[in-house]
Amino acid sequence: MSEPVLRVENLTIDIPMAQGTLHAVRGIDFELKRGETLCIVGESGSGKSLTSLAIMGLLSKKMRCNAARLDFSGIDLRKQSPRAMRALRGDRMAMIFQEPMTSLNPAYTIGDQLMEALQLHRPVGRAEARARAIELLGKVGITAAESRLSQYPHQLSGGLRQRVMIAMALMCEPELIIADEPTTALDVTIQAQILRLLADLQREMNMAMILVTHDLGVVARIADKVVVMYAGEVVEKGSAREIFETPRHPYTRGLLRCIPVPGKTRPGEHLGSIPGIVPSLIGHMDGCAFRSRCDVAEVACASDVPVRRTGEDHMYRCIHEVQPGAPS
Amino acid sequence: MARTIETVAEELRIPSPAAQLRKRVFGHYGLVFGLCALAIVVALAVFAPLLTPHDPYAQDLMGRMKPPFWMAGSDPSHLLGTDYLGRDYLARLLYGARISLAIGLFAALISGLIGTAMGVAAGYFGGRVDLVVTFLINVRLAMPVVLVALAVVAILGGSLQVVVCVLGLLLWDRFAVVMRSSVLQVRDLEYVNAARAIGCSTRRIILREIMPNVVNNLIVVATLEMAHAILLEAALSFLGLGVQPPTPSWGLMISEGKQMMLFEPWLIAIPGVALFVLVLAINLLGDGLRDVTAPENRG
Repeated sequence: MSEPVLRVENLTIDIPMAQGTLHAVRGIDFELKRGETLCIVGESGSGKSLTSLAIMGLLSKKMRCNAARLDFSGIDLRKQSPRAMRALRGDRMAMIFQEPMTSLNPAYTIGDQLMEALQLHRPVGRAEARARAIELLGKVGITAAESRLSQYPHQLSGGLRQRVMIAMALMCEPELIIADEPTTALDVTIQAQILRLLADLQREMNMAMILVTHDLGVVARIADKVVVMYAGEVVEKGSAREIFETPRHPYTRGLLRCIPVPGKTRPGEHLGSIPGIVPSLIGHMDGCAFRSRCDVAEVACASDVPVRRTGEDHMYRCIHEVQPGAPS
Repeated sequence: MARTIETVAEELRIPSPAAQLRKRVFGHYGLVFGLCALAIVVALAVFAPLLTPHDPYAQDLMGRMKPPFWMAGSDPSHLLGTDYLGRDYLARLLYGARISLAIGLFAALISGLIGTAMGVAAGYFGGRVDLVVTFLINVRLAMPVVLVALAVVAILGGSLQVVVCVLGLLLWDRFAVVMRSSVLQVRDLEYVNAARAIGCSTRRIILREIMPNVVNNLIVVATLEMAHAILLEAALSFLGLGVQPPTPSWGLMISEGKQMMLFEPWLIAIPGVALFVLVLAINLLGDGLRDVTAPENRG
């Protein structure tokens, strides 16, 4: 049971551009076991979505993706042919996208689309696929599942469509499910429901789940492990408890200051914010990418940043052993 | 009772999608007129042998240039009169409709296949494929259709098959342009990515995910190109380089009537009006289809 489902080591993604090479993801590694939820946190452009696409093998051909290791259940994903990757996708690893409004094809009923997901990979008849579709629609909390099968995507609300997308991803009982900001486009009231649903299903089916998000509130609720990304790098990584209780990297601490805490944040009080923007990732970079926005930056931050570890899994990249003012 | 979408829609008195479509189609007078006129022409062409007892090729040199029914001295057995070889004009008009429709249909089909394949490939794959296709479209647009068609027909000789092939090979440009831009719009939508994420092959994505969402544009272009092909055939036949006599073609009928234009204007007026009505009907149909299928007109 200790064999990880997914093991990523030193993953880099480069995008050649007219102005030079954009190093969108610069050497990240993590691993994930069955039944675990890993949250990748970071702001726009930090490489979270690219990382998940790279695992699925869905990066566009222009992007160059390298890794020292990219293993999925003992399969080396770097060496798979496009055909073999197609056989894996949707069957053993599935993905849920950000935009439920456009993720379903408007030309087909949701029943057709759900059944297609299963029939692509399994030699099952229509009746069996239909039964599975109804079962899963029930599982994702859609009432009157049978009558929904003949409906078209435009007849469903955003929340329902995202539930259908989740059902579609689960049709073949994948070992790994990647959800790329699955709740960003939904109403706040629906977001919590969808997250709870994902967490429940993940536990029930004993899948490994990667949840890409920029919402730390989401992370606190369902993550086992957290990877905090900044400018294409992992700046801090650890168990959810470690990240929330003893955050080490100034960026993580900054992010945590941005969430209001019931009972602690008083009305009228300013929430924290991180000044500045993510630096350009084009060309070679030295030192800590966060130093231009960091409030504890020093001259030494421009040179190599040591990778520090506390405990077994908790690592962070900062020249400060212990943050000034941090609980140690 | 469970409240499904259907029961809620009924409570709110939202018409069903089929009813909404019916309303859009029948509320569009151009579309209705085009559809009816085209249906009449098709029916006339298909049932031509039942509608006239005359053979369109049978000559009767004793009964030449009989006037149509509204003029003095007309013969009740030749409703639209006879031409300069005594052939029944109504029979030639009805059988000519077959030629026009066949040319329109097959030329649109051939060019549709070529243009769609090129446009979809360019839109979906982009990059070098797109560059090549765009170049080919530009080359094609730089060629004057009538001159090229004239040259080819002059070399190969005019026959129905040659004219269909020449027009089919020349009229694919609009298909390619329209398909390319439609596919570009659809290609990056999330459901295409989602299809890839459940493990669909490229061929499956193009045929199953993309085509159904761009096919309405294809139908509109196909109708317009059909009208275009019919007009070009008439023009080529008029110039003597299209369908060869004695085949009954409307362009040929106008061409044969032009010598008598000043004395017997009905000789060119009748096929001219027929051509006008057919092309107008097809164009109105195409316009109507575009209006009806455009998302912004959905109420």
